[in-house]
Amino acid sequence: MSTNTAVATAKSNVWGGGSSPFKTRWGKLYMWIFLVSDAFTFSSLLIAYGSLRHRFTHIWPKPNEVFTHFPFLHGHIPLAYVGLMTFILIMSSVTMVLAVDAGHSLNKKAVLRWLGLTIIGGFMFLGSQAWEWYHFIKGSEKGAYVLADGRFARTDDLEPGVLKFHDGTMVEGTEAQALISTATKNIVGANLEENEYGNTPLFANFFFFITGFHGFHVFSGVLINIIVFILVARGFLDRKKDYELVEKVGLYWHFVDLVWVFVFTFFYLV
Amino acid sequence: MTDIHHEHVSHESEEKAHSGLNTKVIWKVFWILLGVTIFEVSISFTSLSKDILLWTFVVLTIVKAYYIVGYFMHLKFEATPLQWSLLLPFVLIVYLIFIAIYEGTALGLTPY
Repeated sequence: MSTNTAVATAKSNVWGGGSSPFKTRWGKLYMWIFLVSDAFTFSSLLIAYGSLRHRFTHIWPKPNEVFTHFPFLHGHIPLAYVGLMTFILIMSSVTMVLAVDAGHSLNKKAVLRWLGLTIIGGFMFLGSQAWEWYHFIKGSEKGAYVLADGRFARTDDLEPGVLKFHDGTMVEGTEAQALISTATKNIVGANLEENEYGNTPLFANFFFFITGFHGFHVFSGVLINIIVFILVARGFLDRKKDYELVEKVGLYWHFVDLVWVFVFTFFYLV
Repeated sequence: MTDIHHEHVSHESEEKAHSGLNTKVIWKVFWILLGVTIFEVSISFTSLSKDILLWTFVVLTIVKAYYIVGYFMHLKFEATPLQWSLLLPFVLIVYLIFIAIYEGTALGLTPY
């Protein structure tokens, strides 16, 4: 009965204001609009990556031969570390949604607990990313060689004296030694101009730009979460009897998690 | 005092029923996301063909995005006009994927 009346009133007031087609508050609506525009930015970056990867598919590095390190373990363990980073971010998304849930019932203590865990998860993710960047930039012991005939050959720390080519063929022993002695260039690690993972600077450029842009989003998300944590702890939202602020930063934090899901698939898995 | 408390509780349960999210659903979504991620990592080591892997990853990524946006970001329970307003612009992204990948592939096949 009451809903019928509400609908009738809304209809008669369509041009006179007073109706709310989105049935949400302006703060959350503005956050949504910002997130759509941010999603377009990330989409453009990932699409540019896909486009150039298809352009240089014959020399593009294979991600599971690049990201093979895991802390305290020796050997090639591809994808385990980024899998762990994904787990950390999904976990912090869960604690954030629990903080929002606690905010609905104005439970200050629970909001602080879950928001605090979210901040810790954010720092853990940032630390993991710093570790990954360090290993990506440092590279392997011997790096890669640009041979006299222009071919690009990678070395492997676990198989010394072996040269590996992009098509999967290998050369070892004296033949490899001869190729190395006449090589025109030795590349160790990665920077914006060259990298040992493949014969194109684009791979490292996209790695630094996309994961860096995402990492910066995580970093600002952690800062905003800390500010909200302080506001909640000082009773700012209790006085307003309104925890919408937690919902807004929650939306941003979930978006950061969402972007990582796409980066994880298109940068590391494919 | 008891009156206020009573009012508070009823408001809370009403809000929860309206929002469609509770801790049980949240943890269920968490296990789905974790399971899908573990599945993705494990099939990346199998010898399935590149195309099958690629399309599996694309589909599973959209599944994960659905759960994050729908449940964590609560969009599944928002008003329909808001859902359409936020999701429809991404038709442009689908179009951009098509033209950019097509262009990149064509350039890759062009001798230089």
